Amino acid sequence: MNKKLIRRRRLKNALFQGVLISIIVFSIIMLLLLLYQVFKVGFSHLSLSFITSMPSRFADRAGIASALAGSIWTISLTILFAIPLGVGTALYLEEYANKQSWWTKILELNISNLAGVPAIVYGMLGLAVFVRFLNFQRSILSGALTLALLILPVIIVSSQEALKSVPSTLKEGSYALGVSKWQTITGVILPFSIPGILTGSILAVSRAMGEAAPLIMIGAAGYIGFMPKSPLDSFTVLPIQIFNWTSRPQAEFQDIAAAGIIVLLVLLLSMNAIAIVLRNKYQNRMD
Amino acid sequence: MKKKIKKREFIIEKSLILFAGISIITTLAIIVTLFGETFQFFKEIPIMDFLTGKTWAPTLVPKSFGVLPLLVGTLMIALFSSIISLPLGLGSAIYLSEYAKKRTRKIIKPILELLAGIPSIVYGFFALTFITPLIRQILPQTQIFNVASASIAVGIMTLPMVASLIEDAMMAVPNSVRNGAYALGSTKMEVALKIIIPSTSSSIASAFVLAISRAIGETMIVAIAAGQSPVLTFNPLESIQTMTGFMVNMSLGEISQGTLEYKTVFAVGTMLFFMTLIMNLVAKGILYRNRERY
Repeated sequence: MNKKLIRRRRLKNALFQGVLISIIVFSIIMLLLLLYQVFKVGFSHLSLSFITSMPSRFADRAGIASALAGSIWTISLTILFAIPLGVGTALYLEEYANKQSWWTKILELNISNLAGVPAIVYGMLGLAVFVRFLNFQRSILSGALTLALLILPVIIVSSQEALKSVPSTLKEGSYALGVSKWQTITGVILPFSIPGILTGSILAVSRAMGEAAPLIMIGAAGYIGFMPKSPLDSFTVLPIQIFNWTSRPQAEFQDIAAAGIIVLLVLLLSMNAIAIVLRNKYQNRMD
Repeated sequence: MKKKIKKREFIIEKSLILFAGISIITTLAIIVTLFGETFQFFKEIPIMDFLTGKTWAPTLVPKSFGVLPLLVGTLMIALFSSIISLPLGLGSAIYLSEYAKKRTRKIIKPILELLAGIPSIVYGFFALTFITPLIRQILPQTQIFNVASASIAVGIMTLPMVASLIEDAMMAVPNSVRNGAYALGSTKMEVALKIIIPSTSSSIASAFVLAISRAIGETMIVAIAAGQSPVLTFNPLESIQTMTGFMVNMSLGEISQGTLEYKTVFAVGTMLFFMTLIMNLVAKGILYRNRERY
């Protein structure tokens, strides 16, 4: 009787484990299917001329040069705005602010709420503030500022985590030598926490690189037939170009959409690879 | 020299406060811009017509501004995607924290992170070119654009977030609790279901709410795969339009400021903002009220 019960409980446990493993396998299969589908459809359309050509009405001549350039422009400016602001805010919250004060609590609550605001709402903010109010038009600058605000909460939170990991003994050692706060930050705290800050920031930036919705809201074009030359030019980015091609009824355009996705995924993966390399490099130095 | 350093420290501290202030300004700017235009919108369209109307036709003649079709479309995506993301996310978390060996975790976690890092536009492409044809093979009456396909993609996309939020909470349960149960002869399943899940229930609930909130705000997948037809239907095999889908669709054409179309986008956006804000606050409230201390 007792033995039977034990066997039944073991069997249940094994079944449960089987269910859990099949859930994990399902996720892995989905990832593989997704990559397979993209490569199957898009790989044959990938060529040098695809990367160097402008978009076209004809699928076989269309390329992603202007979207690629737009993405690089936008993301570079986004980095320029978002990382100093995000790291600065994190430094303030971790090193300067009084954790108990109502102002700090409001700041932190506000940041975590901003992290949950849908991307498309940032697009409306960008449309109203950057495009209309500040009159930057539908430009790279407006797009980059919008994306910077979008990823700011992510950068702040991940930088805070990195700053929290700095041992207080290191800081106190620095202060004991009579070093000022800012010198301690630049000499001790930042060098120690930079791998974490970089990893978080690069992940945030790669999220910005894949965003289409907020940029569609601020009116980034679906078709740009020239290379952007300044931050005030109108622009498109890879995800919008991909969206534009995907939503056309002709099958050929969906094929080149897949080719565009491959380019986007390669860019994102190499950014993540850079994050890993940088992290390892700095980590070795600190150890 | 000392004075100089003191002055510099003062300037740096004040400028960092300014940096931190940007996030407050962002929130205020979101509220002011959304409210301003929405207020203008409700001057022209009675609020009850907007909230209870069953026809959404803001660009047709006669115009009609009943938001229910968009709302129902959005909620259907949220509901059907949750059927995938919630149980599978929870299951993945249990597996990772209770069953998986260290080495297996090291392989599976990056895969989940990769799934989470893929842009939603790519999921949209996958839904339209892979999931939809698959569904149509099984159920031929399915429309090309449909709720089911988009929901599956949204569910797969939000699964890693659910899994990682719950797993973090489960990993925080001290091993002494598990070992106590094992010493009494419990199987892993009994530990997971009777100890780990009850003691992390608030984190699980909060992760579920956040996943639904994410699904409500998700844009590109639904814009590509769920369609652009604001019909009031509860059939997941039909084409619909979500709130976000409408906003994207309107913005693809040039809409000029001051027009009713422009205000309509902001009115829908305000509704979206409030829905997600309330859900995020609820998620935080659940966590805050039931903090487990070991």
